[in-house]
Amino acid sequence: MNDTALLIPSFVVVPLAAAFVNSLLGSRIKGLPALLGGLTTVTLLVLSLVAIQRVQVVPTMVYAVGGWKLPIGIAMVLDGLTSFMLVTVNMVAFAIAVYATEYMERFTSKAMFYTLFLLMLTGMNGVIVSGDLFNLFVFLEIAGVASYALVAFGTERHELEAAFKYAVMGTVGSLFILLGITFLYSVTSTLNMADMSLVLGDHRNSNLILMVSVLFLMGFGLKAALVPFHAWLPDAHPSAPAPISAMLSGVLIKTLGVYALCRIFYNVIGFTPALSSILMFLGTLSMVVGVLLAIGQRDLKRLLAYSSISQVGYIVLGVGLGTPLGILGGVFHLFNHSVFKSLLFLNSGAVEYATGTRDLQKMGGLGRKMPVTRATNFVASMSIAGIPPFSGFWSKLLIIIATVQAGHLGYAVWAVMVSVLTLALFVTVLKDTFLGEPRQAWQDVKEVPGLMQASMVALALICVASGMLLLPRVKDAFLHPATAIFVEGSNYAQVILGKI
Amino acid sequence: MSKEQGPGMSIIVKTVTRLTVWLILLYGIYIVVHGHLSPGGGFAGGVIIALSFIHLMLAYGKEMALKKLSEGLLGVWESTGGLVFLVIALLGLTAGYFFKNFLPAGEPFHLVSAGTIPLSYIAISVKVWAGLFAIFVALVLLRVDTEQK
Amino acid sequence: MTVYLLALVLFCVGIYGVLRKRNLIKIILGIIIAEHAVLLFFILVGYRLNGRAPILSPDAPITQMVDPLPQALVLTAIVIGLATTALLIALAMRLYGKYGTYDIAKIRELRG
Repeated sequence: MNDTALLIPSFVVVPLAAAFVNSLLGSRIKGLPALLGGLTTVTLLVLSLVAIQRVQVVPTMVYAVGGWKLPIGIAMVLDGLTSFMLVTVNMVAFAIAVYATEYMERFTSKAMFYTLFLLMLTGMNGVIVSGDLFNLFVFLEIAGVASYALVAFGTERHELEAAFKYAVMGTVGSLFILLGITFLYSVTSTLNMADMSLVLGDHRNSNLILMVSVLFLMGFGLKAALVPFHAWLPDAHPSAPAPISAMLSGVLIKTLGVYALCRIFYNVIGFTPALSSILMFLGTLSMVVGVLLAIGQRDLKRLLAYSSISQVGYIVLGVGLGTPLGILGGVFHLFNHSVFKSLLFLNSGAVEYATGTRDLQKMGGLGRKMPVTRATNFVASMSIAGIPPFSGFWSKLLIIIATVQAGHLGYAVWAVMVSVLTLALFVTVLKDTFLGEPRQAWQDVKEVPGLMQASMVALALICVASGMLLLPRVKDAFLHPATAIFVEGSNYAQVILGKI
Repeated sequence: MSKEQGPGMSIIVKTVTRLTVWLILLYGIYIVVHGHLSPGGGFAGGVIIALSFIHLMLAYGKEMALKKLSEGLLGVWESTGGLVFLVIALLGLTAGYFFKNFLPAGEPFHLVSAGTIPLSYIAISVKVWAGLFAIFVALVLLRVDTEQK
Repeated sequence: MTVYLLALVLFCVGIYGVLRKRNLIKIILGIIIAEHAVLLFFILVGYRLNGRAPILSPDAPITQMVDPLPQALVLTAIVIGLATTALLIALAMRLYGKYGTYDIAKIRELRG
């Protein structure tokens, strides 16, 4: 067995081993949890960059766990979309693990935090790497249960209430997914995604596939917080501690929701025009509802949570278009949103760490005392509003151009209007928090500790630099393999099964 | 009815518990070890072993049961079970694949056969019974002081 | 066919419990019922006519077994359900400690 394929299971094994070691020794040895968290995430980041480089050489790699031949055994797949998502998730996780070293000092049990964090990371990496439908469900549940516990971490009133609501709704979503998997198994008698898409090739328009599509849309839509299923997000994301809010809003809803949705609908079931129009409609609805509900908010993190719903709508609109340019825009916006939304949540955490409040009307004039936070917040706000040359501008431009080219002018108009409203929203946030004279209560706030500043600055630099991902040579290395997976669609099966 | 004497349940329950706890434990270990020959395996056997500890706690009260097995020790058992399972999976790499069954298979229907499967089951059963008993202890020891609005 | 329909009716009963009941514990019970209904449906999908239990034994023939794959998967899913239920119950107990009631109509401080 060559070393290249040994890369693939390590994405799941490394954080899992670190989580178990942490739960054994973390509360005994001081400083071990943060060290393990940082080391594990940096290892995973390096491995995912190696994966990107390997994918240039061999476009798709398949690893059969335990040596059992496909399609009987469990498969782990590394292709363009997988490596792209792995880099996104692990990069954001590294920044957050460094940030949490200082931030979680104020909570009671840092060791338990890092154990749950590493388990959530295992779950997310497992969802991305898995090539088998039930394995995807198991890792989805691991990440989900870890995130329910992390939202309730501070055990205050609001956190517990939000965590209970999130847990109940998340479990119901998982039940819909499991029901869909059951129906698919009864038709195809296999769980391997490649094999399933081959068998489903002849059943293309039957009623059972329609029902399964609806069930998956409900289940994964709930995980991704698309609009009819979004009600848990405005309560859960503000109540979590700031690093976990960044993790949830930045990568979890996109991995468990959008990535799994795309993988199943493009590669297994097959993409039809009806599905395209449903996804575009839901995406636009999410965009509009998210930004309209964000406008009147006083709580900073709740405002950011509603704008997450709006931006995920952009991603689903882009991906739902089905044209190569639209998919490129959607995938690029996924990467950008992970970076700048995590940065925004980390900034709100820094403000809360320094002042103790999240209420926008109580803040004011913090810019003089917290220059690093103000600068990174400026970068992130300009990115999310779509101002050139920051990253958000390029991805939103691509999505709008692709919508116009595909002939859906109405959706394009909505997208532009939502972008303008987002700009107004975030300029207001900047003005309320950082500009002006500091109030009496905030005369002696200090800037946040060094590690927190370092992680925020790193994410801000990526925000600025990611416009360069559209340069031709870099685009072929990073974004183009990801979009190629969508475009090849049902040929996925031929590629995977041809590898064994 | 019989009078309560101290923590736990009545003297009849305590006497019967002293006999049945060992039977339940033995039954659980039987299901774990024969996991590759008959239905059961790691999870089901682990739950039954946890049940024997819970039985002890129900009959004798929580101080007595925690004297037999403290909470810190439960955490150690649970993590060790998980780590041993992961190590067995990684040792499969020596035979070429992650999670491969690398010990010799032996003859079917014998107790020592099927490679690494019984060892995995034992590791899983340790994790499951420690985890389930820890959940039970945590829920019992959770002291909820009602807060006024 | 009726057995499949009954399993799905049980799922609907569980979802009704989640939607309409006001006590936290009854909501958790609704989730447990719905989850076990889905797993029951999964095992029923694996049934083959005149099949026996899928266990190798020296004297019975290998053919004529029910499908063993759903049984292994359902075992995994039962463990997942156990973990979720334990977490939900711990959350419910803590909520009682903070709010003093199990009624979700009164636990509604986050709004807007």
